[in-house]
Amino acid sequence: MSEIIANRTLDCSGMNCPLPILKTKKEIDQMQSGEVLKMISTDPGSANDMSSWSNRTGHKIVGSSSEGGSYTFYIQKS
Amino acid sequence: MADTKKLAIIASKGTLDWAYPPFILASAAAAMDMEAMVFFTFYGLPLLKKELDLKVTPTGNPAMPMKMPFGSKDFQNINWPIPNLISGNVPGFDNMATMLMKETFKKKGVATIEELREMCIESGVRFVACQMTMEVFGFEKKDFIDGVEYAGAAMYLEHAAEANISLFI
Repeated sequence: MSEIIANRTLDCSGMNCPLPILKTKKEIDQMQSGEVLKMISTDPGSANDMSSWSNRTGHKIVGSSSEGGSYTFYIQKS
Repeated sequence: MADTKKLAIIASKGTLDWAYPPFILASAAAAMDMEAMVFFTFYGLPLLKKELDLKVTPTGNPAMPMKMPFGSKDFQNINWPIPNLISGNVPGFDNMATMLMKETFKKKGVATIEELREMCIESGVRFVACQMTMEVFGFEKKDFIDGVEYAGAAMYLEHAAEANISLFI
């Protein structure tokens, strides 16, 4: 994965459903269209949940990775 | 972006465990740009109180795991089968079960009901209290948090008629 430059970072480590989604939405609302949010989560459900959230809201996941129980998402505000 | 979807929930249960689904789903729906309404009726009404005092009981609920939130992982995985005769008769048993569940939620990074409720309000979820059951059970508006609407079946049904998802919890 090529390096994605994030405008903001949100660490949701340790939080469980639905907090990562709620915090992500709150953060995205404060950002400008086209900006990228880097969100880190340790909730194993968040991989599928983020994808569903993205499908509904239209904010695109432009990159994601997982390593040792930690999931990173790059979300571009629509 | 897709068209706006609507979620309609009836919250009819007021124990600590069953308080979660309505607030989780309504807050998540709002985060997914849906318009959500929760209609609180019967035993769901206490979820609107300013000061929440929610409890959980394993009595009559054989599916509820009784596990300890502390100790080694193996110890925490032990399910303690508590007969109804004990859970229903030992004074303070529900308080203990409630404390254990709250502690487990906290350790697992689950939000409290208060936090989820606050996030619902912040994100524009509509809360409607059933006027009829309020009168039956003697709840007063002053006991409830601000921003609650007071109405009956028709108001819920008006929203639910347009809803894509409607749930009875």
